[in-house]
This record gives sequence, C-alpha cells and structure tokens, in this order.
Amino acid sequence: MAEDKSPPRMSLTMGPLLFNWPIGEWSDFYARLADEAPVDTVHIGEVVCSKRLPFYLDAVPGAVERLRRAGKTVVFSTLALITLPRERRDSADIVHNTECEVEVNDIAALAHLTEGQTFRTGPYINVYNESTLRFLARLGASCVCLPPELPIDTVDVLGNMARSLRMGCEVWSFGRIPLAMSGRCYHARIAGLTKDSCQFICARDRDGLTVDTVDGAHFLAINGVQTLSHTYCNMIGDAERLLRAGVTALRLSPQSCDMIAVSRAFRDRLDGKTGAEEAMRRIGEICGDAPFSNGFLFGKAGAEMISGRNSA
Amino acid sequence: MTNRSRLELVCPAGTPAALRTAIGAGADTIYCGFRDETNARNFPGLNFSKPEMEESIAYAHERETKVFVAINTFPRAGREQLWHRAIDDCAAFGADALILADLGLLAYAADRHPQVRRHLSVQAAAANADAISFYTRNFGVRRVVLPRILTVEEIAAINREIDCETEAFIFGSLCVMAEGRCSLSSYVTGNSPNLGGVCSPGSHVAYREDGDELTSILGAFTMHRVGRDVPAPYPTVCKGSFAAGDFQGHIFEDPTSLDASRLIPQLAKAGVTALKIEGRQRGRAYVGAAVRTLRRIVDDYAAGLPISGNALAHLSEGQSMTQGAYRKVWR
Repeated sequence: MAEDKSPPRMSLTMGPLLFNWPIGEWSDFYARLADEAPVDTVHIGEVVCSKRLPFYLDAVPGAVERLRRAGKTVVFSTLALITLPRERRDSADIVHNTECEVEVNDIAALAHLTEGQTFRTGPYINVYNESTLRFLARLGASCVCLPPELPIDTVDVLGNMARSLRMGCEVWSFGRIPLAMSGRCYHARIAGLTKDSCQFICARDRDGLTVDTVDGAHFLAINGVQTLSHTYCNMIGDAERLLRAGVTALRLSPQSCDMIAVSRAFRDRLDGKTGAEEAMRRIGEICGDAPFSNGFLFGKAGAEMISGRNSA
Repeated sequence: MTNRSRLELVCPAGTPAALRTAIGAGADTIYCGFRDETNARNFPGLNFSKPEMEESIAYAHERETKVFVAINTFPRAGREQLWHRAIDDCAAFGADALILADLGLLAYAADRHPQVRRHLSVQAAAANADAISFYTRNFGVRRVVLPRILTVEEIAAINREIDCETEAFIFGSLCVMAEGRCSLSSYVTGNSPNLGGVCSPGSHVAYREDGDELTSILGAFTMHRVGRDVPAPYPTVCKGSFAAGDFQGHIFEDPTSLDASRLIPQLAKAGVTALKIEGRQRGRAYVGAAVRTLRRIVDDYAAGLPISGNALAHLSEGQSMTQGAYRKVWR
C-alpha cells in the first residue's frame, strides 16, 4: 500500500457542545469560534438530550453561516442514544439535510443515509477494529472519531488503516471524557425529578455536576443522561505520537474555560511553535484547577495522567 | 384467555454443569460463551472450552434445547482472528445462534456463515427501530436482545416496526447504562468490558476496614462505605454511593436487581419473543431455581393462569427488586 512520505498536517476539530448552556452563551461560543479559534472543523448539534435542542435550534443557521464564512468545515452531530419517535425524526432530518456532513452517534442515523452519502462516526459508535473500520468505509464514512477508551496500539492499527482507506481519524484530545449514556437523567434523579419533569436543572452546571466519592475525591461528572470523567482529557503532550499513529485530527470538547485559548495552545503545539512542556503549562493555566488525564491511551485507568510519554 | 403466545425462556450457563442444570429445570434455550475475551462475561473460572462447547451443544440438542453462543465483545485491532475462530467453531459445532455486537464481526459472520442465525447482543445497545432495521438489513439479524433502558410501551412500538424477533431481560442483575457503550469500569481500572469482557474486575477490588465501617474500593476510588454488620456491596461504579451537589447516595442506581416477571403479560403483548435470565456468573443452585421458577410462570401465563407476584423474591439475596426501565418511572 502506498504511503505518504510526510504525514499530513494534523487538524483540530471542535466537538459538539455537550452541556446545556443558555442561548446567549451558546451563540457567543460559536461566534468566537468562527472569529478567533484556529480550528478546522466545528461540530454543532445535540448529542446528549433531545429536550435541549429547542433552546438553540433557531440560532443554528446563523452560527453555521458565520462559521462557514470563517472557513470552517461544519458538521452536524446526531444524538448518542435515540429512543423516542421525536428523536428518530430529528435524527432523520439531520441526516437528510443537504447542507453539512453528518456525524452519526447512534447506529439509527445510519439507517437514513441515502445512496452515496458520506458521513462521519462520533466517539459513541464502537469502532474497535479493522473489520468495523472497513465496513464503515464501504458504507461511506469519511472520518471516524475513535472511542476515547482505545489504547495507542489500537490507534496505531486503525489510524494507519484509515489513512490507507483515505479516511480521517480523530482522537478525543481535550475535555471531560464521555463514559456512559443512560435512559435515566441523573441531574433529574438526584433532584427527585424525572426526565420528563426535569425543569432543565442541568443548565446550572456549565461543565456538568461533579460526582465525589464518599472520601471526597472528585470522580465523575453527570450531564443529564450522560456520565463523564471528572478529569479533563489532555493529549497536548501526546500529539506527536498520535500523528505517527496516523491520526488526522485532534478533537477538543467544549468546556466553560477559554476554548479559544485551548485551541491556540493545541495549534501552536502542532505547528511546533511550543514544546510539549510549554504547551502543557499553557493548558494548565487556562483550565485552572481541572485535573488532566490521558491514561486510556496508554492502556491504564482512564483517570490517570501519564507524563513523559510523548516520545514513546 | 386465548391466543397467548408461548414465550421462549433463554437461560444462562457459565459452566457445562450449569447448562445441564438449566436444561433439567426447563430451559428452552441456553446462552453461553467461550472461556476467553470473546464474551462479555469473561470472569475467572467461568465459561466453556472448545471441547466443552462442542459437547454441551450436542447434549442440549439431544434434549431438544437450543444453544446460543455470545461472542459479544468488540475484537481488539490486530487480534480479530480470536473472535473469527470463535465464530467458525460455533458454526462447526452447530450452535443455534451467534449473539454478536460488533459491526465488523456481524459482517464476518454474515459473509462466512450465512446459514447460522445471527442475534444482536444487548452490547450493541440498539434501542430503536431504525438501528434494529439497520442491523437486519445489513447483516440479516434475526433477533435483537433489547437494551435494559426501554419501557414496555417503547418495546411494543419497536416490535410494530421491525421485521425480526426481540428478546427482553426478565430477571437478574441490571445495567443502567446503555451497554457496550460504557467506559466507567475502564476509566477506573484500565480494563475495558468492551474489549476484555470483564466489568469491575476482581483483581482491582479491595475492601478496607475503617473502625466500624467497611470500605469497598475499585481501582483508586471508593465505591461504598457501610457499617461492618452490613454485607459489603461489590464495588461496581454504576451501583456505587457518591455525592453530587446536595445529594448523597446511589446516584446511578440503587443496589437492586431486575425482576420483571409480573410484566410477562405486558411484554408478551408488546410482541416480545423470548425472555432472558441474566446470570452466567451464577452458581448451579441459583440458575436451577431461577429457571424452574420462571418456567412455571411462563407456563402459567401460556395456560391462562394468573402470575404469582413474588415467586422470585427468595433469589434476590437481600437486594431489593425493581422492574427497571420497563415501567415508566425513569421518565
């Protein structure tokens, strides 16, 4: 198989906003991304809870236009766990849109593809091996964002195979890590409410609500039906290794910290303007006291931060 | 009552001995897996070697019992042959169905062994008619094991739209997360249930006495702390006790297990073909008792008799029982 002599430029993707932000902050976020962030691709869409979508749906066309004018590739992301008829319809509508490529996060969305339509798969679709990657490529996948728990030896195999199939291969590189989805809303449950009567209390938590152990150790974060890590994934020190594995894009997942600054720090690192140590220091300053992790990549507990492995 | 369909009882076997016990207790079908990371209940001391699988399938067939083999983890990149061999062996041994979750593995089975029935594992978390139709269309899937996050009404709606059978969990432990899409255990231990078939592995569990209290630990995190006179719960993340905001307790799920036996009439009306008992990790005594009791309930229902409400309570081991998502309480 012919391989490119020099690896292509690694690009940056801003994943879909996973949290329930007020519409003003939602709009400002996408406006600033368009105007200031050195990211190549921006995802828009509701991945976590279909009840949140009406709050910002009307603002989507404006945001898409602004992002496009700024030269960004815009991708629509679908819901990660589809059960209701309304959610199925929404998902079909997104897949049938002719404006943007779609990121599929529930297999259901694949059922609506039209002949020859390309799509991407998100981190909620299980792409663990070559046969699955090959199957998705045949179906029209142009890019896969690998599940965050995959270790580097798997990323090596899939990244290099994706390159030979001329597909993009993304790795979760910044932000709280999605760990589980449930039919039950945990924000509602702990407030004594249910999913249907939730009163949108998840909107109180810009980054999800921290879950502590009985010893007081920070552990997880809940975000409606989703459970995330408490730690922020941070692969800025592992970018070179990921590039060697055939990864074509790093995915940054929006948090309430300054995501423009985060994307600049990643871009500078990828462009060789900063070393790994300096890049790590910058991310640390931007994120305040958020603890980092990259353990999944090294086959360790996902909560761990393995340092000094960037040249491994 | 007339026209009551006879529901198929699909029963767990973690060992050949448990398989024989379950068949003796009235199982229509046994599900089991190989003793390696190809199946999602890859616990030490459990499951079937190749010769055991071949013998057990023959034993079951002599007694007119079917055997489904779960090959329902996600093959590791670079090591797919292990999973492919498991599928080839099942085809050679005459397994009645393969229970699969991975897209690549479904493609392999449909391509190489089209004559062997393919069932979609709960690990694929296909929770709606569109997803299920995708699997039936692309891989000829004949039955879907439904995720344990659906209400009875949702199951009925799904069955009206799809052209394959459905199998629903009726009794046993309960995952509250969409299965096959949960990395909680690997976040804590580094061992992925999707890749290795073990959730919350015993090798990462520790218990510590703190004065009058007993602490259960998984990896580096405390899952529970209980008084010493209370049996210490096994530290599984989604059953742990934590604090969030002003809430302190079981954030994800109370330590309950599923007993939907009272919902058998509703599940039958919702179009479910088969009822599945969870518990491949359980001993023979438990499996025998659960299968015998549910056999009676299913037969009573088919005969038009009322269903006894609390017949399985003695198997709950002191845990409270829930009807899970089937009743709309999660909504």
